[in-house]
Amino acid sequence: MRVAGKGQVDRGKRVNFTFDGHRVQGFAGDTVASALLANDIKLVARSFKYHRPRGVIGAGSEEANALVTVGRGAHQEPNVRATVQEIYDGLEVRSQNRWPSLNVDLLAINDLAAPFLGAGFYYKTFMWPKAFWERVYEPIIRRSAGLGALSGAHNEDLYEKAFARCDVLVIGAGPAGLMAALTAARAGAEVLLADEDSVFGGRLNSEREEIDGIAAAEWAADVVDELAALPNVRLMLRTTVTGAYDQGTFGALERVSHHLSDAAGRPLECFWRIVAKRTILCAGAIERPIAFRNNDRPGIMSAAAVRTYVTRYGVAPGRAVTVFTNNDDGHRTARDLKAAGVHVTAVLDSRKDGPVGQGYPVIRGAEVCDAGGRKALESVTYRTVSGEEKLGTDCLAVSGGWNPSVHLTCHMNGRPEWREDIQSFGPVEGMVPGLTTAGACNGTFSTLGALLEGASKAREAVEVLGFERGAMDLPTAEDAPYNLTPLWAVAGNGRAWLDFQNDVTVKDVKQAAKENFRSVEHMKRYTTQGMAPDQGKISSMGALAVLADATGRGIPETGTTTFRPPFVPVSIAALGAGAQGIGFAPERFTTSHAVSVSDGAPMIEAGLWYRPSYYPKAGETKWRQSCDREVQLVRNAVGVCDVSTLGKIDIQGPDAGALLDFVYTNTFSTLKAGKVRYGLMLREDGTVMDDGTCARLGKDHFVMTTTTAAAGPVMRHLEYVYQCLRPELDVSMVSVTEQWAQFAVAGPKSRELLAGIVGEEIDNESFPFMGCGEVTVGGVRGRLFRISFSGELAYEIAVPARYGESLYQVLVQKAEALGGGAYGMEALNVLRIEKGFITHSEIHGRTTAFDIGMERMVSAKKDCIGKTMSERPGLSGAEREQLVGLKPVGAVKQLTAGAHLFEPDAEPVRENEQGYTTSVGFSPTTECFLGLAFLRNGRARHGQQVVMVDHLRGVTARCEVCDPVFFDPEGGRMRG
Amino acid sequence: MVELIAKTPCEGLLPLTVGGVSLTEDLPVSLTMITVRKERLEACSELLKSAHGMAMPKPNRATGTTDARAVWFGRDQALLVGPAVNWSLKNEATVVDQSDAWAVARLEGGGAEEVLARLVPVDLRGASFKRGHTARTMLGHMMVSVTRVGEQAFQIMTFRSMAKTLVHDLQRAMESVASRG
Repeated sequence: MRVAGKGQVDRGKRVNFTFDGHRVQGFAGDTVASALLANDIKLVARSFKYHRPRGVIGAGSEEANALVTVGRGAHQEPNVRATVQEIYDGLEVRSQNRWPSLNVDLLAINDLAAPFLGAGFYYKTFMWPKAFWERVYEPIIRRSAGLGALSGAHNEDLYEKAFARCDVLVIGAGPAGLMAALTAARAGAEVLLADEDSVFGGRLNSEREEIDGIAAAEWAADVVDELAALPNVRLMLRTTVTGAYDQGTFGALERVSHHLSDAAGRPLECFWRIVAKRTILCAGAIERPIAFRNNDRPGIMSAAAVRTYVTRYGVAPGRAVTVFTNNDDGHRTARDLKAAGVHVTAVLDSRKDGPVGQGYPVIRGAEVCDAGGRKALESVTYRTVSGEEKLGTDCLAVSGGWNPSVHLTCHMNGRPEWREDIQSFGPVEGMVPGLTTAGACNGTFSTLGALLEGASKAREAVEVLGFERGAMDLPTAEDAPYNLTPLWAVAGNGRAWLDFQNDVTVKDVKQAAKENFRSVEHMKRYTTQGMAPDQGKISSMGALAVLADATGRGIPETGTTTFRPPFVPVSIAALGAGAQGIGFAPERFTTSHAVSVSDGAPMIEAGLWYRPSYYPKAGETKWRQSCDREVQLVRNAVGVCDVSTLGKIDIQGPDAGALLDFVYTNTFSTLKAGKVRYGLMLREDGTVMDDGTCARLGKDHFVMTTTTAAAGPVMRHLEYVYQCLRPELDVSMVSVTEQWAQFAVAGPKSRELLAGIVGEEIDNESFPFMGCGEVTVGGVRGRLFRISFSGELAYEIAVPARYGESLYQVLVQKAEALGGGAYGMEALNVLRIEKGFITHSEIHGRTTAFDIGMERMVSAKKDCIGKTMSERPGLSGAEREQLVGLKPVGAVKQLTAGAHLFEPDAEPVRENEQGYTTSVGFSPTTECFLGLAFLRNGRARHGQQVVMVDHLRGVTARCEVCDPVFFDPEGGRMRG
Repeated sequence: MVELIAKTPCEGLLPLTVGGVSLTEDLPVSLTMITVRKERLEACSELLKSAHGMAMPKPNRATGTTDARAVWFGRDQALLVGPAVNWSLKNEATVVDQSDAWAVARLEGGGAEEVLARLVPVDLRGASFKRGHTARTMLGHMMVSVTRVGEQAFQIMTFRSMAKTLVHDLQRAMESVASRG
């Protein structure tokens, strides 16, 4: 019900939205919760486990009951707190966890089964039969217990991530936060003020009080105006600081367009990483409930929230409101209601000395012991020394005192301390380095106290940062003492709720204690208290007080569980903003990419690179047809392939040779200029790290190539070796991978092709196998290497990358004229398998030089990285799985990679495994499948037979073991 | 005789303007990596001064002017951005041509800092990242070199092969900043 003339909502601006399909009207400035209450809609949710009817309990992000689903289709967002969601025209809100409807929820049958569904019921009930857990119990439980659901559709909303920095971060913009921000800003510090509300001011917008003689909300607005005008202040509304991390870093979630019907290109949310030199936490406090039977009925709310609805939103949550309190704050609610013209039935004060005579009935020493009405509160029963009485009421405002919001202070493993004076846990200085607390989150509950503390903490902070403290301009404000006599739970039968969101009752906590889950951590996990999306903001204190009572210990001895980030739920989409779809990883494109794509080549990813798989020609419907053709054109004519993705490292200096001798197993210092040598590199543990060629361009100038995958790791390895192991060397290393576009030109007609485009003589005498040198192509200075990964007469030609696309087109055109053409990764793979050349399929991190048959490449004349370790026993010998070739000889002609090898008669089980295949391909040259494999003692088993079993794909093939070089073992073709 | 046609790293991708921020491709004549020879820093710096007018930059700094700038790139390394290198530098340094290795973009406008604050973890605010300051850092998932080259202008360099992702990421951030008005 709206209260005439009250509240700060814009009465001139009506806003229409729907709740479960029904049209609801509110005003600009309303939340879903305030608008529903204004329309007397009390039942807004069903509880997690028992499907009990629930209403709004609070007015902020701590809300435990009023979780709703917002939006539709792919935009649907579950578990949104109705107390946080602002309304806008067209907003669609739906209740959740009910079937078929909120009003008639058949799953409420769970409530009747409550005696069986208490703490630990999963563990006790569903013990057997074992197989039933996954198939029967879990699906049923998941269906009947839960919150909202995701749409299942692809997320189409925009999200954002950003960084921010400041001298002073002020978290929370209530009296303490505003004063802290103002003080720090006036001193000249760069201030960032973040508040999760849609307006600054915190409780000042909810209380009827004055600061410096003007209404508190107005005072707050004036301060915000001054802050907004300062160039050194950044104001962040709707921004919840969610976590405190190392080095003064904080995570914060900004709701950028959740409150707008048209986002106009704005992201839905932004996840901020804020780095602050000093932080002042002014997070306020959260009012705690008092547990009593049926205290979860819709209409039973926090007393402070009732004030918020009346004062800020002009909404009376009931027509006849009763207050139940154990402290003076509850009386404040009664006064505000009265001032707004709302009927106050009574204030039930559990204390015997509560204030009286303020124009509303007060019953001292009264404890509410039951509540009537199922979907809306109808009555409460209270108990005094003279017995029990029933009171008709439609709203009960409960105040059990306040808990400082110490959450963020705990994020780096600090523990808050019990404070007898406020009967709650308070922060300790230094829990988060550089962070201090002020105001209610520090246990300072009066407005004046908060203002003063905000100012003084800010003065301390700016002074540390080297700013002038300046004069302190102190406002006047309310400074009432906090009179509280603790009352956590009212004794009695029935279920009294502690954790509304996870349906945990006083009984559950007592049961946990009885079953010896006496530690607060055990109690939490056994009952699931504090484990819902609200993370126990409202419930934790009460639960551990009940546990303390049940175990006969004091609260400080019982201790508290800690709070971890995030303070409020953060969508994964916000954390991963920008990383959806192609944002997942950078894409690296070769210079020939666009041409290959326009030629229809499907791309495969190689690290971040995209490389052409094959080039389908007209009439080719399967990749194998293209692959076979491309292999043959290389073997018979000439093929062109972009190999720019291989790592290229320019190594120069008088000690370049010495460095290479140290990182490669073989010797490079003796290599002549104008020559290329194949090299093998070991890790420090003696296994093979990478292989590739290294060309000597001049006396002190080498260019190393690495595999595509190892380009980064090898560069890092070289830097490590240079900086840490051989700092005495005079050598430099620069990656030139991106500088040069490089193409393999392979096949018997490759020389003919290149002779037509390079300016220099490249016959076999002037440019022999493993030669290299500078060439000119159309006036451009390039490099030519006579190396072969296909076993054919072949070259690699490199030009500065700007000419890459152009050269590629020229090469392919010339190749096609010679009966050749472009070839992709599939053909490249087949060509190298035919020759037994290895890739990282073979040097996969577990194989040694011995395993791949290259132990003779580990020079005996010098040391190198990994040499000693490679000589350890067990890294060579007959027991090792050694590189072999495989050819199918049985009925099944197909080989698959990743399959396992067995003796022909052995059962194909793990214990009998003899080895595994690493690379396979159909070889059009030999007209059969060929495979490379590692086989125990394989080099001694050439000519023998093994069985290849692929358990996953269901392929079994009898194979002959042979030398891994299937084609042209003498190498005459590449030398020709 | 073949004729090879040159293509720039950001061809077809830039220029781009969103809101008050523009992203354009810079095309310096040359990019050259200068790696100081062992214990020759001072001599190399002197030589660089006489050859191109600027000293070797200290870590996280850039020396020189718009036409010829030396940008710190790593341990004992600077990238000479602009002129064709004076090969006399070879006496004190290793000189490697990188003209085709890097895409060079210029982000300019009132919201440029805000745009980069979406992607770069380094503090690029005017007070702490002044003209002549540079950083090897990350932009999204990419390694980049960022240099402040003007009051509201940054030079951003990334691997040539990643030019498309650079533009994609920056464009998204520019749109995001512009949407907030």
